[in-house]
Amino acid sequence: MSNILSVVTFLPLVGALLIATLNAEAKGNARWIALWTTLVTFAVSLLIWINFDTNTASFQFVEEHAWLGPLKYKMGVDGISMLFVILTTFLMPLCILASWVSVQDRVKEYMIAFLVLETLMLGVFCALDMVLFYLFFEGGLIPMFIIIGVWGGKRRVYASFKFFLYTLLGSVLMLLAMMAMYWHAGTTDIPTLLQTKFPPDMQWWLWIAFFASFAVKMPMWPVHTWLPDAHVEAPTAGSVILAGILLKMGGYGFLRFSLPMFPNASAELASFVFTLSIVAIIYTSLVALVQEDIKKLIAYSSVAHMGYVTMGIFTASQQGIDGAIFQMLSHGIVSSALFLCVGVIYDRTHTREIAAYGGLVERMPKYAVAFMVFTMANVGLPGTSGFVGEFLTLLSAFKANTWVAILATTGVILSAAYALYLYRRVIFGVLEKASLKKLLDLSPREIAILAPLVLLTIFYGVYPAPVLDVTATSVKNLVQNYQSAQGTAAASAAPQGTQ
Amino acid sequence: MDSSVLYVILPELILALGAISLLMIGVFSPNGETSGRNVTWLAIAVLVAAAVAVFEGSGSSTIFGGAFVSDSFTRFLKIVILIGAALTLLMTFDSFSRAKLLLFEYPVLVLLATLGMLMMVSANDLIALYLGLELQSLALYVVAAFKRDDVKSSEAGLKYFVLGALSSGMLLYGASMLYGVTGSTSYATIAAAAKMPEMATNIGLTFGLVFVLVGLAFKVAAVPFHMWTPDVYQGAPTPVTAFFAGAPKIAAMALLLRFTQAALPGVSSQWEQIIIFVSIASMALGSFAAIGQTNIKRLLAYSSIGNVGFALIGLAANNTEGTAGVLIYLVIYVAMTLGAFACVLAMQRNGRFVESISDLSGLAKTNLTFATILAVLMFSLAGIPPLAGFWAKWYVFLPAIKAGLYPLSVIGVVTSVVGAYYYLRVVKIMFFDEPAEGFSPTEGRTFAVMALSAAFVVAFVLPFVGGTVVDAATAAASVLVPAH
Repeated sequence: MSNILSVVTFLPLVGALLIATLNAEAKGNARWIALWTTLVTFAVSLLIWINFDTNTASFQFVEEHAWLGPLKYKMGVDGISMLFVILTTFLMPLCILASWVSVQDRVKEYMIAFLVLETLMLGVFCALDMVLFYLFFEGGLIPMFIIIGVWGGKRRVYASFKFFLYTLLGSVLMLLAMMAMYWHAGTTDIPTLLQTKFPPDMQWWLWIAFFASFAVKMPMWPVHTWLPDAHVEAPTAGSVILAGILLKMGGYGFLRFSLPMFPNASAELASFVFTLSIVAIIYTSLVALVQEDIKKLIAYSSVAHMGYVTMGIFTASQQGIDGAIFQMLSHGIVSSALFLCVGVIYDRTHTREIAAYGGLVERMPKYAVAFMVFTMANVGLPGTSGFVGEFLTLLSAFKANTWVAILATTGVILSAAYALYLYRRVIFGVLEKASLKKLLDLSPREIAILAPLVLLTIFYGVYPAPVLDVTATSVKNLVQNYQSAQGTAAASAAPQGTQ
Repeated sequence: MDSSVLYVILPELILALGAISLLMIGVFSPNGETSGRNVTWLAIAVLVAAAVAVFEGSGSSTIFGGAFVSDSFTRFLKIVILIGAALTLLMTFDSFSRAKLLLFEYPVLVLLATLGMLMMVSANDLIALYLGLELQSLALYVVAAFKRDDVKSSEAGLKYFVLGALSSGMLLYGASMLYGVTGSTSYATIAAAAKMPEMATNIGLTFGLVFVLVGLAFKVAAVPFHMWTPDVYQGAPTPVTAFFAGAPKIAAMALLLRFTQAALPGVSSQWEQIIIFVSIASMALGSFAAIGQTNIKRLLAYSSIGNVGFALIGLAANNTEGTAGVLIYLVIYVAMTLGAFACVLAMQRNGRFVESISDLSGLAKTNLTFATILAVLMFSLAGIPPLAGFWAKWYVFLPAIKAGLYPLSVIGVVTSVVGAYYYLRVVKIMFFDEPAEGFSPTEGRTFAVMALSAAFVVAFVLPFVGGTVVDAATAAASVLVPAH
């Protein structure tokens, strides 16, 4: 049990190596090995959740080995990171299934890229050493670059370069900040760094450098422009991973580094983050309204939803952070499901133009139901998982700053507008187009993909406790440390003021 | 002179005697190609023997009146140089035999150049420095023009010679000024003299320092003294280019490290400025100028200019970690460069070598192993973790941050993102584009170098690979006392 995190993290890599030994013609075998690997990884990762102790805020399942010099190979999870591990392992088998038929070209390489990507994503959430974290965080660029560039759409080259260079530029500044932290604290160990008090001036610079990385990854307005391109061009499963997990790395980074390690700078710059979040929520929602491409619309809606997350995180309150984590998990399920839904009709008609559809409910009633559930969750309808996160973050924002909450709430209305508009144009109306008249409803494989997502969306909308219980203790601890850091900063500032 | 002196210079003796004997063997053997082949194998054996002799050495000793030093710093670099030279010789067989160039002169010249490099690494005196440098350079001028009937190769040799001679002249001029000011050619005496307070403003010392650094900047191909690099890299036969990009750079960097830290610690504030400027200029030019390149050898030439800029960051930091960082950078750089040039050598179609980047089109579909190896090397050169290229950058930026060189570091990482663009372009052409005609099967020895280098780059993240290199480099760097 003590090395379960390493097992979960590196199981997909083992699967990838296994596939690498296969003959290039063995497409079926590559698919089955990938599916079984991801399923086994998911099953093993559930053991983490089962054995997780929700009463402690400290890191669990910790393992530590010597690595390069002062750097340690150290893994562990707490209430903030654990559920992201589960989300990753849960979405992966769905991605493999979603690519079962649609990917016919270079299947072996495709599956290897996805399994390597899974290892790197899991590593991000488990790493307890800053450099190890960076390794996984940046390493993920390589497989994602290949996935978008090889199996993507028409403008895939542009999208893959934009994705790679944008993210890299943000991250290299974070790398320099990590070096500065190492020289100040003498270690790259994350639990130790969480206890380290950095001087306020230094915090400010470090915060900016980390922000450069996480804001791009999140993505926050105005550095979000890579996301619509990447989403539109990536294959369905690539979009799912992007929306479901890669975006969450930004939010996770804020929670793991920016907020607890630089509390004074976070407090100082919170209004800056609020401003960007509000702009993201309102502006990208408006942009989503005029999109002609379904994937692009969902991509812009992702940016808007991430605005709630950053807003919730930087209220630095129990409700805000709980809500932000819940919103990230919910968005991981809902937006992934929406991209999978787009994939379903794209596989049949090979177009993502909204105008090319209409009246699908006549031919595809089951699909219409699934799509309806996810649309409602995207809007944040009570009773779906989308509601809980949005409500909690808005509540905390209301306490922190009423204006922020009022402006952010307009985003809820706008999201209803674009989501329902999309749904009406695609699903309802008269089925006129000849190309749509022969469409078949969901296949058993597609039902197997969408059914668990529908169930989870409704389950967590009605009963969010399993998630909130896991996060509560760690978040409480984070908020307490944050508050006490504000206290000491105020106390140390006071005598200077009198002198 | 007691025999222990001979033991200290054993590696150099092996190379010198080896080069002379191989020359004799070559001259008195009848058949051109066969003797060329045999002599090349023997030269590899000589290099390996010298590496073993270096490895067996221990302790720290200074001989020849303080002119020649042997310590863990020199041993570390000598092993890297010897391995690098041996691997480049291993890549020559196939290509030279096709070009009818498999002659015994080439391995002999490589041995002599390598001997020069070992002397450069051990130099602890301006005279020894110049001796080693010239032995190396003269041998390199000849091998650059080794494809005698080829206009580009001749041009490369001539260009290299003219500019190299100019830089040697400048270096010598600077050395004479240093001698004039301090009254000695020995690093130790120069260091003692330069520590005097009045020396901080001495114009002769500053001029001498600048001229010597200019000469050395030529040798490592740092901006603004890089102009010869793209032409020489493109014009010289590919195995020769591979050799140029590896071992000589290490030797020149070693010179730079020891000269600045052992001879001129007293005026570190002066040379640090120069190094910072040269570093920024090299990184910027290396990344921006490479974007427009269509020839893969020219691309790698600009890449090597950029890499020198990154390595110099460690020197600019001017602390023990920085010196270790430069050493780690050099090891990883040599591994990546050798692999990349082995890939260039494997770019053959219908018995002819092709050098255009567009020739790699769709390689992932025609030869996935080759494409994967080159992609790994390109991602590593771009500095993407967990590959070795990331660690190279980590270990030079870390000391720079310690030394408070924030603007330099920020410019460095930003140019590394620009550089990532052109490395990615190679990957894009191989993986995303439609396939061109496939390459001929890769020759075994070239493939071995490719695979070895890719394996090293991937495995560096493991403690027993990366840890070994880092520990050895740290031990080697501790010999040089930082200048503060």
